[in-house]
Amino acid sequence: MQALYAQLLVGLINGSFYALLSLGLAVIFGMLNIINFAHGAVYMMGAFCAYFLLNVMGIGYWPALIIAPIAVGIFGMILERTMLQWLAGLDHLYGLLLTFGMALIIQGIFQNYFGSSGLPYAIPDELRGGMNLGFMFLPIYRGWVVVFSLIVCIATWYLIEKTRLGANLRAATENPTLVRAFGINVPRMITLTYGLGVGLAALAGVLSAPINQVRPLMGADLIIVVFAVVVIGGMGSIMGSIITGFALGVIEGLTKYFYPEASNTVVFVLMVLVLLVKPTGLTGRATT
Amino acid sequence: MINRISALLLGTALAFGASSAALAQDKAVKIGVLTDNSGLYSDLGGAGSTLAAQMAVEDSGLAAKGWKIDVISADHQNKPDIAVNTARQWIDVDKVDIFVDVLNSGVALAVNNLVKEKNGVMINTGAATSDLTNTQCSPNTIHWVYDTYMLANSTGQALVKAGGDTWYFLTADYAFGHALERDTAAVVLKSGGKVIGTVRHPLNTADFSSFLLQAQASKAKIVGMANAGGDTTNTIKQASEFGIVAGGQKLAGLLLFINDVHSLGLKVAQGLNLTETFYWDLNDGTRAFSKRFSERMKNKAQPSMIQAGVYSGLVHYFKAIEAMGGNPHDGIKVVEKMKSMPTDDPLFGKGTIRVDGRKIHPAYLFEVKKPTDSKGPWDYYKLIGTTPGEQAFRPLSESACPLLKK
Repeated sequence: MQALYAQLLVGLINGSFYALLSLGLAVIFGMLNIINFAHGAVYMMGAFCAYFLLNVMGIGYWPALIIAPIAVGIFGMILERTMLQWLAGLDHLYGLLLTFGMALIIQGIFQNYFGSSGLPYAIPDELRGGMNLGFMFLPIYRGWVVVFSLIVCIATWYLIEKTRLGANLRAATENPTLVRAFGINVPRMITLTYGLGVGLAALAGVLSAPINQVRPLMGADLIIVVFAVVVIGGMGSIMGSIITGFALGVIEGLTKYFYPEASNTVVFVLMVLVLLVKPTGLTGRATT
Repeated sequence: MINRISALLLGTALAFGASSAALAQDKAVKIGVLTDNSGLYSDLGGAGSTLAAQMAVEDSGLAAKGWKIDVISADHQNKPDIAVNTARQWIDVDKVDIFVDVLNSGVALAVNNLVKEKNGVMINTGAATSDLTNTQCSPNTIHWVYDTYMLANSTGQALVKAGGDTWYFLTADYAFGHALERDTAAVVLKSGGKVIGTVRHPLNTADFSSFLLQAQASKAKIVGMANAGGDTTNTIKQASEFGIVAGGQKLAGLLLFINDVHSLGLKVAQGLNLTETFYWDLNDGTRAFSKRFSERMKNKAQPSMIQAGVYSGLVHYFKAIEAMGGNPHDGIKVVEKMKSMPTDDPLFGKGTIRVDGRKIHPAYLFEVKKPTDSKGPWDYYKLIGTTPGEQAFRPLSESACPLLKK
């Protein structure tokens, strides 16, 4: 029984990464209608950014949590301005292919210079060590990841669903022409949204740098699972992707305990089941 | 117009290429480096293996004696089906004579069958499974660098002797992991130890915390990592996070490469025991080769034992075909010739190739240095034991290789 508690907690930790990444994807898809396959690559760039900040400029983990998402977010906005914006109104497939191609190029460049085994990034001193919870040894850093990503997820949800800015944004996706008529600069808003989504992925990258090796392929390994999370949660649904992210982390954790061989397929089995029963995803609204 | 000229030029070039190949038919060799060029093992083989092959060609001096030797490379993506398709095309269309590297045990076993069917040559320097010279042995394959039996025999035995008599395995769920777990468990049992549990994780897993918690709960003295590459480095890194070593358990890296240690950093990797058959800083010969190698590597990496094996294997291959006076394009004949000659190169020293295809050379047990003992990047190992070649690998008396029955 004790082991079960431990697995639940570990699942929650992984769920935080799924939630942060799928949140960014959901924001981008919901607001820009782009299936952002470059999401794994920008997640990886976030981790590399933290690595460079530390090893080249001597800037530690805490500033990196702010600097890396902003830097990678700006990179994302440049991509949006120079390439993605021309795809507005076209079929989803174009955006998917373009971002997939960009992801391959970015990963290829990093792999060319840094190899595949990855680079070390240490846990910040303040978060070293762990607590004995009785049923498991919880590394403090992992506890921090869960708490911090929950806060970020809820803040993002609040920003989009409950503030005036979010309302404008949602209106702009429904009917851009009308929103423009109110004097709101829609293209700029879309660019900023893409930057936000990309920044969230980079933030997840910084959070994961001390746990995983900083590797060029770290995002590619994760992105497929995250897509499944978004599909299960309902494409474009903010709350849906947050809840599904955490829930799938837990389910995957339990699978690792009861039947480890299936732990990297369980998410896809669930995806198939959900799609069979409710094709719009758990919280998705049918679009007509 | 330009199109037509370039088409003509291309046609001429093709015709010229074909005719020159036909003229030098028995002095032409094509080497295929089949490896992981983009995935989690690409630092262990990948571009470094291709470089090692090119260096072997340059050092052989055969070009000056009228030989035409080409090196081509492809990415098998760690997928046996892709590997076999590429290999088939290489043999049928590109006329590849010899396969080197071929890391990943699943891939190696699949390509092993094909090379046997097509009577080619494979010098496998990358895969770990000892089945390549046991039940799956082939008259066309030489297993050059290391195998799971040797790793288990060296690292496993040393750890049991040091008091680690209860084991919990963390195993990569494919041919290689299974073989390494099986061979190590056998050594543990034989030396009087006990295996109290095992958990199998999918290849290329990012998060090991669930598995590590299970290993921790088992209270085994040794957590044996029957995995490789990125899987091993992630396990080690996360084990230190979960306080596995601080809690009194010991991690055993059953297959660790110098590139893994480099990527982990000494702070995390210090004190680990591991077995390799090549280390760049062993002697003058290895140092000289490694210096030339790392200067030509994009990230200045030192060679892994897989990459060193590509060089060493090809050096011996070239000696054999030179002694035969030409390339007979007959895999079995070439491998028989290679087996009949003793091996000698600056990287692995003197050795032999057994009838089952097993290359014999010493195995070195290393301990990873403390950060304070290391003089700089890549100065990572302290040699703590050497097993002579004859004792390092599975003895022929225990082998189930069908070639022995002849």
